[in-house]
Amino acid sequence: MIPLSWYLLVAAALFSIGLYGVLARRNAVAILMGVELMLNAVNINLVAFWRYGRFPEQPVGLAWAVFVLTVAAAEAAVGLALIISIYRHRDSVVAEEMDTLKN
Amino acid sequence: MIEQIIFIVISLFTLMMGWIVVSNNNLFHAALALMASFLGVAGLYVMLDAGFLAMAQLLVYIGAISILIIFAIMLTRRMMQTEESPFNSQPGLAGITAVSVFAVIAFIFWQMREFWPLGAGEGAMPPADKSIILGSVAKLGEYFVSPDAFVLPFEVASVMLLAALIGSIWVAWPKTEDES
Amino acid sequence: MSFSFLEFLKSLVELTTGTYLRQVWGAKPWVDPTLDAIGVILVATFGLLIVLVLIWLERKVIARFQDRIGPNRVGGKYGLLQPVADALKLLTKEIITPSGADKWAYNLAPFLIVITALMMWAVMPFAPGVVGVDLNVGLFYVLAISSVSVVTVLLAGWGSNNKYALLGAFRAVAQMVSYEVPMILSLLIPIILARSMSSVDIVKAQTVPFAIVVPISALIFFISSLAEMGRTPFDLLEAESEIVAGFHIEYSGMKFAMFMLAEYISALFMSGLFTTVFLGGYRFFGLEMIKTASGFALGNLIGLIAFFVKMFVVFVVLVWIRGTLPRFRIDQMMDFNWKFLVPLSLALILVAALVDKALPVGVNDWTRAGVHLVSNVVVGAVTLEILRRNGRKQRTAHEEVRENADIETAAAH
Repeated sequence: MIPLSWYLLVAAALFSIGLYGVLARRNAVAILMGVELMLNAVNINLVAFWRYGRFPEQPVGLAWAVFVLTVAAAEAAVGLALIISIYRHRDSVVAEEMDTLKN
Repeated sequence: MIEQIIFIVISLFTLMMGWIVVSNNNLFHAALALMASFLGVAGLYVMLDAGFLAMAQLLVYIGAISILIIFAIMLTRRMMQTEESPFNSQPGLAGITAVSVFAVIAFIFWQMREFWPLGAGEGAMPPADKSIILGSVAKLGEYFVSPDAFVLPFEVASVMLLAALIGSIWVAWPKTEDES
Repeated sequence: MSFSFLEFLKSLVELTTGTYLRQVWGAKPWVDPTLDAIGVILVATFGLLIVLVLIWLERKVIARFQDRIGPNRVGGKYGLLQPVADALKLLTKEIITPSGADKWAYNLAPFLIVITALMMWAVMPFAPGVVGVDLNVGLFYVLAISSVSVVTVLLAGWGSNNKYALLGAFRAVAQMVSYEVPMILSLLIPIILARSMSSVDIVKAQTVPFAIVVPISALIFFISSLAEMGRTPFDLLEAESEIVAGFHIEYSGMKFAMFMLAEYISALFMSGLFTTVFLGGYRFFGLEMIKTASGFALGNLIGLIAFFVKMFVVFVVLVWIRGTLPRFRIDQMMDFNWKFLVPLSLALILVAALVDKALPVGVNDWTRAGVHLVSNVVVGAVTLEILRRNGRKQRTAHEEVRENADIETAAAH
């Protein structure tokens, strides 16, 4: 048997790795990949709590995980579209160089 | 025992691939590692008896999102083969933040160890019996269309997907000269 | 229970060897993993070896269509050993890695594509009780795995560091991703009818084969599975005359052979899936259920034979199409998908769901089938009418343009 805390720890670690990617990468696509990792970590938590929680007969955790999945798909589509559009205009996908609104 | 070994292998694989995603210089390899990481998460779902979600993970994350990301990488290819560091000016700070977030969560778990014991031995709460969650996929379907449950979020999600679809096509569509 | 060779042979014919061995060995912890491993090895070996038959069959049938004899030297009059000779030849060829290739992607792709092609067989019900795993999300599993195979194509195309390979991969991804939509939509209708995603339940629900109940969705599924496999007339991803060979242009020797292997395995799988979902799988007029007076389940064997016969008939139809139809142009292919197949299958789902809901509970299977058939035919007729009107409009517009052009040329003279 696997205790619930193991899943939670793995999810926390994955979340932190994703967070590090979001904060530290230069490339906007790589930042987006970090966000996807974080969303996955959240999903692991939702499903684990459903499985180990008090009401396993109600698949609410699953339902929310599916919603997160949907949002992740929409987010990836819009985010990548934005990145490609910026790349066309500025010839760069480095997040630090997208500073038109600075000052 | 075997279950625990499988769990450890899958989660180490997932985390290692996750690390490659955030640290590899070659973006294409990072995207491949992202796919492998998604696969590992799907494995975790299978271990949690959420087969439906594991398949949805394969279909949506690997079959759609990863491919989208790889396409974006290929379209912005010139940025890919740089010898520069993959990191921006603040990797140290980012590392400290990430580690401290993990430390906070781990601390919370340590405080909660009465409810969620860290070991697999005495007092650990077992997952619900498999017979209870047997019809969960059918129930999930009912939840999505039942007015007592999630029909509103479900419909909103569909509208959001449509909006995202149209929006991303509009944003990414190449503008002709006279338009801009 | 002690082991008896006669009983073992009997269980082999009954296709219940697993149950028999479990009885013999008793409830020990190693029994289930061993049996599972044997099952996996059997199915995988079947998948890999059947390809030899498929290649021979395809070459022979294509040769007949083209008024040739086909393989007739190696292995007797019918060239039965030709695929073996081909495989040996490919094994002995040098494996080349092009310079500048992305080593990880390049070397991973051939393995992944065979693995995904083999993994899909896990949910295929070969005969009553003979199925790898009866997942409650069986068809969803197939779709998920087949969407993973898109990734491997992209890996191969990108990893080869070759323009044609990348072009082929782009085409392949565009085609496979977009044809996945009508495929999923048309698979939903059998799921609605059977009220289950499990492949076994879908076979059990087919008192009337779904190809008769919903012929148009069967046709849509067949067409989109052709595109999903990248077979003619949708073989744009490896169009030899345009982009040489598509995503596997840079592969040689055994790695190339693995792409071929995966292609044939998934072609047969798609025939098998069509059989399972629309042609009643192993069902054969109730003969698959018969037992002799002594309780010997001969029906299982009949079911297996029926399944294989149906599957190979569908496969020969695939070959027939390859021998008959020319290749689509890429814009035609996309138009056909997004402007014809997707709207039609959406309409079919709506109609099927409404009709199924409108029917009273506990209605006779045949009545239900009849009502669905009528609704399906009505949708088909309406579609045809719309197509005809559109075609007429386009034709008139075209003729007007031509007449005007004629008048202008006449005036110029």
